[in-house]
Amino acid sequence: MTDPTATALVTALVSAASGATAGLSLPASWRARVVGTLLFLSGVAGLLAGLAALSGHDWQTDLPDLLPLAGIKLAVDGLSGWFLLLIGAVTATVGVYTIGYAGRDGHGPGSRTAMFTLPLFTASMLLVPAAASVPTFLLCWELMAVTSLLLVMTEHRRHEQVRPASVWYAAMTQAGFVTVLIGLVWLASIAGLDFTAIRTTTPGVSPAVKGGVFLLCLFGFASKAGAVPLHPWLPRAHAEAPSHVSALMSAAMVKLGVYGLLRVGFDLLGGGTGWWWLTVAALGALSALYGIVQAVVATDLKRLLAFSTSENIGLVLLGVGFAGMFASSGQPAVAALALAAALLHTINHAGFKTLLFLGAGSVVNATGTRDLDQLGGLSKRMAATTALFAAGALAAAALPPGNGFVSEWLLLQSLLHPGGHTGTVLALGAPVAVAIIALTAGVGVATYVKAVGTGFLARPRSSAAAGAHESPLSMIAAMAMAALACAALAIVPALSVPAITQVAASLRLQAPPMGTNLVSLHLTGITATFWPLWLTVGLVVAVGALAVAGRTVGKARRRAIAWDCGDGPLTARMEYTATSYAEPLQRIFDDTLAPERDLDVTHEEESAYHIDAIRYRQRIPDRIENRLYRPLIVAIARLGEAARRLAPGVMHRYLAYMLTALIVVLVAGVIR
Amino acid sequence: MTELMAWLIAAAQALLLALLAPVVMGVTKTVRARLEGRASGRVGQPWRDLRKLLRKPPTSPTDSGIFFTAAPPMLMATSLIVAATAPFITTVGVAGSADLIVVVGVLLLGTVALTLAGLDTGTAFGGMGSSREMTIAALVEPTLLLSVFALSARVGSTNLGAIVNAGNADPEAVFTPASLLAFAALAIATLAETARIPVDNPSTHLELTMVHEAMILEYSGRDLALIEWASAMRLTILLGLLANLFAPWGIATTISLAWVVAGAGFFIVKVLGLAAVLAAGEVFVAKLRLFRVPELLAGSFALALLAVLASYVLA
Repeated sequence: MTDPTATALVTALVSAASGATAGLSLPASWRARVVGTLLFLSGVAGLLAGLAALSGHDWQTDLPDLLPLAGIKLAVDGLSGWFLLLIGAVTATVGVYTIGYAGRDGHGPGSRTAMFTLPLFTASMLLVPAAASVPTFLLCWELMAVTSLLLVMTEHRRHEQVRPASVWYAAMTQAGFVTVLIGLVWLASIAGLDFTAIRTTTPGVSPAVKGGVFLLCLFGFASKAGAVPLHPWLPRAHAEAPSHVSALMSAAMVKLGVYGLLRVGFDLLGGGTGWWWLTVAALGALSALYGIVQAVVATDLKRLLAFSTSENIGLVLLGVGFAGMFASSGQPAVAALALAAALLHTINHAGFKTLLFLGAGSVVNATGTRDLDQLGGLSKRMAATTALFAAGALAAAALPPGNGFVSEWLLLQSLLHPGGHTGTVLALGAPVAVAIIALTAGVGVATYVKAVGTGFLARPRSSAAAGAHESPLSMIAAMAMAALACAALAIVPALSVPAITQVAASLRLQAPPMGTNLVSLHLTGITATFWPLWLTVGLVVAVGALAVAGRTVGKARRRAIAWDCGDGPLTARMEYTATSYAEPLQRIFDDTLAPERDLDVTHEEESAYHIDAIRYRQRIPDRIENRLYRPLIVAIARLGEAARRLAPGVMHRYLAYMLTALIVVLVAGVIR
Repeated sequence: MTELMAWLIAAAQALLLALLAPVVMGVTKTVRARLEGRASGRVGQPWRDLRKLLRKPPTSPTDSGIFFTAAPPMLMATSLIVAATAPFITTVGVAGSADLIVVVGVLLLGTVALTLAGLDTGTAFGGMGSSREMTIAALVEPTLLLSVFALSARVGSTNLGAIVNAGNADPEAVFTPASLLAFAALAIATLAETARIPVDNPSTHLELTMVHEAMILEYSGRDLALIEWASAMRLTILLGLLANLFAPWGIATTISLAWVVAGAGFFIVKVLGLAAVLAAGEVFVAKLRLFRVPELLAGSFALALLAVLASYVLA
């Protein structure tokens, strides 16, 4: 095997397999270290496979004997390479993190089951983008779903909420799988099982069939990606899963929904028509807005990050949707630009969300709580975690010079591009999309200021936070790896241009009109340039110079108590909490969020004017879940109850069923 | 040589804005005092205040950490970077190279540094100011970006130098309905970003109403001087952008010493004029209740959206 892509991919799979074996067989004291190291190796190999594919080493293989009937077909092209790179990088980081996070006690994340499933999960994620036939793709997809479900359930003995979260996740992921299955099998019944066969046949398939297949696949892929309104599993599963699994799911797995959409929509179905992509963009817009509005009011750190995942997937889908619309309205250059923005955002989001979820894991490990209202004061107790989480938050808030800003800038440029406004839909859609992205960005900044400001700064709000201690070195090292990746993506984003060109080529799209000058990110054709390197250098130099000048020339800094209105020391109860921080924004979005509030006022017995106690409770439910899913669940439960009447335990009835079934089959056979 | 020249001009432009900013504050205070029938301090008074504060030692609250001490230099750094790279006196070279979206982002970065510092103090005032400031910033962001869209649609680029140049070359293009709507939207966003009436009152310390002042309540000495100075620079930057985007005449389009000096002169006149108009306007308006501010910002957002649509429909 001389092909570099194949060598690297096989190395990745072999490392993962040995990781799974080690997880199953080694004693608890060694398990995490060995599995973590093998996972790291597997991730690095996956990353290298992606790089090889992106530098033009396409590879394919056919293993007909591996699976009965269908066989296994693998092929790696530019698009696969991009996602292999992403998944490999996240896996490598999580591998290092696992060493410290799973620990040596052999329970929870360090248990035999979890340590066996984790490498299988990452290996199945690596296989999904490499699959090259319908059965192979569906098999890997389902393997990924099942292994991730097992990992979500890791801590079901410790926390009550894990079980409902797992049920939600199982139901949503299986519903999505079924629609993808129907869609792809429908397509395969017309065009064959092989992706290559499908590619050559689809131009002749009727648009109605293609539209149907696309919608079915869109449902499945959007539910995997956590797009609103198919998102209810996401805040639950991401919050309840162990943090390294949350990182893998949020940073890597949900991206495979985007991969599926690109593979089926652009590659297999050949681009399609405008309304497909308008649907995708609308889903994206809804996800971005709803996700961030829920994130800003969330007080559970991991729930906040999960809703922010919905938001970022929304931005990616906006990019993909507009890329499709531009392409179908004859604007290949602008389409490539929008696609480049979406692709870059998938990898940027993977970078900062890995960092943030791992940071959240570090916080949960140290304090035992995810509730931002109970945290605080960690900046002195966990300095490294705080610094790294803040770096991730800077990127996630899409502020310059973070890497999140780079892809949002590119996305906005593609929407502002003067070449793209042909037709009413685009002329109206582009400004609306810009408005949505801008509102999302604004609220996103508030979200992450809240997360960092109330979670890490000032005084601890509980004894758990006060007793926090810094995490083990391997966890810090993993977070630092993710932070370095984010920094590289932020400072030299132009490095990714050749790779994106390769991806575009594999989707039969034009190369994006971007220059390859490393210092700047500039668009060819119009005047739009962004110098991330100079901006970062300028900021660092200016801040450093001002700080040093102040310290050397000015008088020394003093420490004193904060202004407490002369009324004794300030307590942690006087600090703004996450809930109070988001209160003004919650009030603004009151109609959208519809929070449930309870106010109990207890008066003193002697006088109704004197209040003894006030009890205030607030819960912000997920309205889409309540309005859309609750009725559905109730209806299904009723259907189940009704179906029980079909089986009353009477033998005659069962014989009648069998006779009817036999007659139906015979009649059907005759008619045919 | 021209490369070096371009960098020098950018540095000179940043210096000019830094020097001018306290004077802009002085002008607004003087105009306001005169119109209200009060005796005013001198126009250079903010400069003296800064000098006094810069000599005093800064104080950190006991519970605060690095975020508190880093915020003032961070705010100043963002102001300096925008001042150096946006087209205020010339549109060529480094001084005209900034992208509008990046400028919006960098200014927001400064706001974020301050809001985190407000939370880092651990006081109720700090948290309150921070929360309010962030709410306003979150709602101003869409208006800013949509106005950017409207302005860039005219030129086909978000490069500030290109937009200003186009306006300079073809003055008729500036007076379109789209531009005027965008101007109104951007003006409201400027008021909100710089904590002016009717969104915030820079001269209040009443806990019910203060936003920006609550956030920086714990700062003193050198730190406070940097914040006041950088905030004054932000006002100057936004007024300068407003002036140059909608009245670009007089800006230097070639790098020659005479043109650059003339450009600086025109710029000073335009900004001080706008500052006086701002102050005069403030005399006649009351500060809005905090929860009415979103309505104002929603109005400016609607204006910006209309501006964008107008730029397509009427183009």
